[in-house]
Formats: sequence, C-alpha cells, structure tokens
Amino acid sequence: MSIDKDKIKHVSKLARISVDEKKIDDLTKDLSSIFKFIEQLNELNTDKVEPLSSILNEPLRSRKDEINDGKIRDKILENSPKKNEEFFVVPKVIE
Amino acid sequence: MADLTKKSLTEIVSLIKKKEIKSEEVTNLFIKNIENDKKLNSFITNCNEHAIKKAKKFDKNPKLDTLLPGIPIAVKDLFCTEGVKTTAGSKMLDNFIPNYESTITKNLWNEGAFLLGKLNCDEYAMGSSNETSFFGNVMNPVAKNTVPGGSSGGSASALAADLTPTTIGTDTGGSIRQPASFTGTVGLKPTYGLCSRWGIVAFASSLDQAGPMTKTVEDCALMLEAMAGFDEKDSTSINKKKENYSKNLTNNIKGLKIGIPKEYRVDGMPKEIDELWENGKKILKESGAEIIDISLPNTKYALPTYYIVAPAEASSNLARYDGVKYGFRSNKGTNLIEMYENTRSEGFGDEVKRRILIGTYVLSSGYYDAYYIKAQKVRQLIKNDFDESFKKVDAILTPSTPSAAFKIGEKKNDPISMYLNDIFTVPVNLAGIPAISIPAGTDNNNYPLGLQLIGKTLDEQKLLNIAFAVEKKINFKQNLNRWWEK
Repeated sequence: MSIDKDKIKHVSKLARISVDEKKIDDLTKDLSSIFKFIEQLNELNTDKVEPLSSILNEPLRSRKDEINDGKIRDKILENSPKKNEEFFVVPKVIE
Repeated sequence: MADLTKKSLTEIVSLIKKKEIKSEEVTNLFIKNIENDKKLNSFITNCNEHAIKKAKKFDKNPKLDTLLPGIPIAVKDLFCTEGVKTTAGSKMLDNFIPNYESTITKNLWNEGAFLLGKLNCDEYAMGSSNETSFFGNVMNPVAKNTVPGGSSGGSASALAADLTPTTIGTDTGGSIRQPASFTGTVGLKPTYGLCSRWGIVAFASSLDQAGPMTKTVEDCALMLEAMAGFDEKDSTSINKKKENYSKNLTNNIKGLKIGIPKEYRVDGMPKEIDELWENGKKILKESGAEIIDISLPNTKYALPTYYIVAPAEASSNLARYDGVKYGFRSNKGTNLIEMYENTRSEGFGDEVKRRILIGTYVLSSGYYDAYYIKAQKVRQLIKNDFDESFKKVDAILTPSTPSAAFKIGEKKNDPISMYLNDIFTVPVNLAGIPAISIPAGTDNNNYPLGLQLIGKTLDEQKLLNIAFAVEKKINFKQNLNRWWEK
C-alpha cells in the first residue's frame, strides 16, 4: 500500500491537523519510507497467532464507581485558554 | 565539600543521614551547578526558590528514616507537578499548570525528596535525540554539539553534568536506556505496571513506563524502591508487595544463566560495541555466571511493530489536545473545526504530527486489520520469544544502542535512521519486561557506550544484582572536560 498526497490529506482531516501545502511533499516522502519500513511485517505469516490484547498477566481492574475528588472546578478552569464565568468558551457552533 | 555534586545519590543520602551535611547546602551546590546549564539546555523550568524553601524546612526538623531525606531532584517535564508548569516539551502545553501531582513524583516527595526543576525532553517523549523539543536541543555533557539521546535527554544531560543527584525519566521504546547509554549513566525501565503511570503525560499507554536514571546501580536500586508501588489510580498498576531493592542488592551472581541473543549483532555496528559486549560476557563468566547462546528470532520485526503500535496509541492519547480545556489554542479559524485543526497544527511539532498521522492511518477504516492487528500479532510473537528464552536463562545481555552519541542534526532529516537508534531497546517495551543500561566503555571518539541487561517480568532485583556485579568489574570512569562551564 502506498501513501500519496490524497491519503495524507484524508488522514490529516481525520486527525484534525491542518497540513501546510508546502510541507505535504516532504511529509509524503517521509511517511512513504516509514510505511515501507513497517510493511516488513508482511513477510511474517501470522495466520495462527492471536493478537496481543494486554501485556499484563492479570486482567484489568475496575474501580468502584464513586466520587473521590471534585470541587475543583475553578482550579480546572484556570488552565482554559478562554472561559466565561464557569464555562469553557469555544467558537460558535450553532447559527 | 566542593565535589559533593559529583558523588552518588547513595553517598549524599548517607552524609545527610550522618548529619555531616545539611539539605540546604546540598541544594545550593546543585543550584550553583544549574547556573551553568545555558549551553546544555537541560532545564525547562527551574524551581530554585521552592527547593531552598523545602531544604530549609527539612533541616529544621530532619526526618531521616526515609529513602531520600532532604534530596533535591529535577525530573523529566513529562511528570505532572502540582502548581509547576508541565510542558512535555511541547508548545501545546507551554502554559499548562497541573493542579495535581503524578503518583511517581508524589512517591519521591513522600520519601523526603523535593522538586529541583523540570527537565527538557523530546516533544511528548517522541524522539531519540532530544531534537524534537519545543524548548530547543539539549547537548550532551560528553561533547559539545552531540545529542544526549532521547526522549529523556534533559534528564540524562542534567544527571551526567551533576545538575541533579538523580532523576527520573520515562521509557516507551528506549527513552531512559538510550540517553543513559549516550551519557555514561545508569537507566532502568521497570516491568510494565511496576511504576504508576498516573499523572504522566501519556504517549503510548501500553508501552510507557517511568524509571530511575542514576550515576550508579546502587542509586538505581534506591530510586526504584522509592518509585515502585501499587496505585489504584492506574488500572494497569501491578498489586504486589514492595521490595527492598537497595537493601537486598548483592554482587553475588554465581550460577545465574545469562543469554546472548545472536540477533542483536547488526551490520555496521562499531567494533567497540562488539568488544564491550565480549567484555561483558567475560566479566559475567568471571563472576560465576554461565553464558548461554540464545535466539530471539523476531527481533528484526520489533521496530516495525513499534512504529505501528506506538503511533496508534499516541494518535488516540493526543486527541485530547483540542485547545478547549487547557493548553495552547490558535486564534486562527472561524469555526470550531478550524479552531481544532489550527490549534493542533500550530501546537504540535513535526515529529508529533508525523506520528499522529501514522497512528490515525493505521487505525483508520480499511487499514486497521492490515496494520494494527498485524502488529499486535507480531507483538505476541516477540513476547513469546522472550518467554521461551527465560525458560533457559535468568537474564539477557545485549548492547544498549547500535552506536554512541551522534552530532546534532546528523539524523534529523531521516526518520528511519533516527528510529534505528532504538533497535535494541524497543523489544523490551513490546514485551513489558524490565531492562537496565549501564555504562560499559567508550567508542573511538571516547563517547560512552552502554550494555543492556534484560530480565523477566518483576525480576528487577536479579537484574540490579547482575548490573551491580558487572558495574563493579567494568569500573567505568566518566571523564568530562566540562566544556559547558567554560
């Protein structure tokens, strides 16, 4: 599978990263060489192998569904790029 | 005590415990060294005032029954520190001040240590040379204009230059062991799940693991003891009894079996690496260990597997940086989608964007099976290789890296040659097992080279013991001309 400019534009849309037109040729070149490298895996027959789902020998724990912190709204809002009273502000989404 | 900052952590702890020196004196000596950091650029944030305040408080009422009494420690800027800016080396987090403390740093502070500063690293820990940091290259104290390795490059550089008595890093594909090898220091990546990931800026969650970076193996055991432990807040934290790694450290390794994997001999490797590997074998034999040739047949597939799994997880983890709740926000764009796209385009550097795009691609509809599932199958094969080997041996000896430190800019424009730095370190992360790099010699430029010891799951004590025995006999001496002080 080869990587071309259109695929990169599609993926950058999915990843919500705008890609500079001037940089797209270099990016295509880099990603093509990286994919060529990772496609070495196709040499291996893995038909009978189960994909690894966890590196731990034990199953994941789940915690009790209870509140153990909170009341830090103002502290959290301090890090927001734009806020209005107790709300995060984003560009208008509804006309 | 002019040379105090050159001493090992263990020695400094012992001097403080014997009340021969005060925490404030120790702290001031390191702060004095940090004044010379300009040319190294290993610090992103200095916490001098905070450290002196903590040291004074300690000296007033010294609590000496802890592991790290009155010890100032600078940490990789990937660990969230309450009230102190945490950037992950990225423009995206240049203004981020966490309102919580990572479990690992909290564990250190509970043992009597306090924060000395935040150390430079590759952006979101993605890099092998510290050249991807938004805050600029870090230089290796070993030689001007050479990289310290990455991603924990600032940590390795600060430690080797005596700007901090010990430090911590994170290792997703070699980010502790490779910089340790490049700077003549010791670095350990623990078993996945031994050290809590809570409060560490996430890169690839099934691979990320925090670990100690120190001047000696003894220091490494002490730090691991302080860091390790069960944490309810990390769902992959292993629930087990704490171990006394430093107390139980011994260089008696008689009868242990050490495997030598033939696949770790790669083309173009400098002959010095072969020589120090041979020397390592010789030392182990002299120490009463048995050397056994082994095979890890899928080794060559580890890097390609890593460059699917790690970017896939990174693309999911880094989806959170959208310019809404914290971090950088672009002021370009007229609607929400454009705000997201511009924020992420301006806030992330090139390597991070490259990896997010790779990750998004391998997880996208129509490609998921061909790439991601395939990689997880090969990851299983790589893990099986280690499981099989550990039926025959107690530990595995390999070089840490295929070369010594390289020049800044040398590999920056060729991602594959940069990625190949981690060829010996990545398999360990994929298998979730522990490994340590110790300084073992130098190349023809006189730059340090490391040897890596790989152990079984949760077998850190044995790994530290073997490293301790080898370290004693190699007797590596760091020989720095301290160019950055001139």
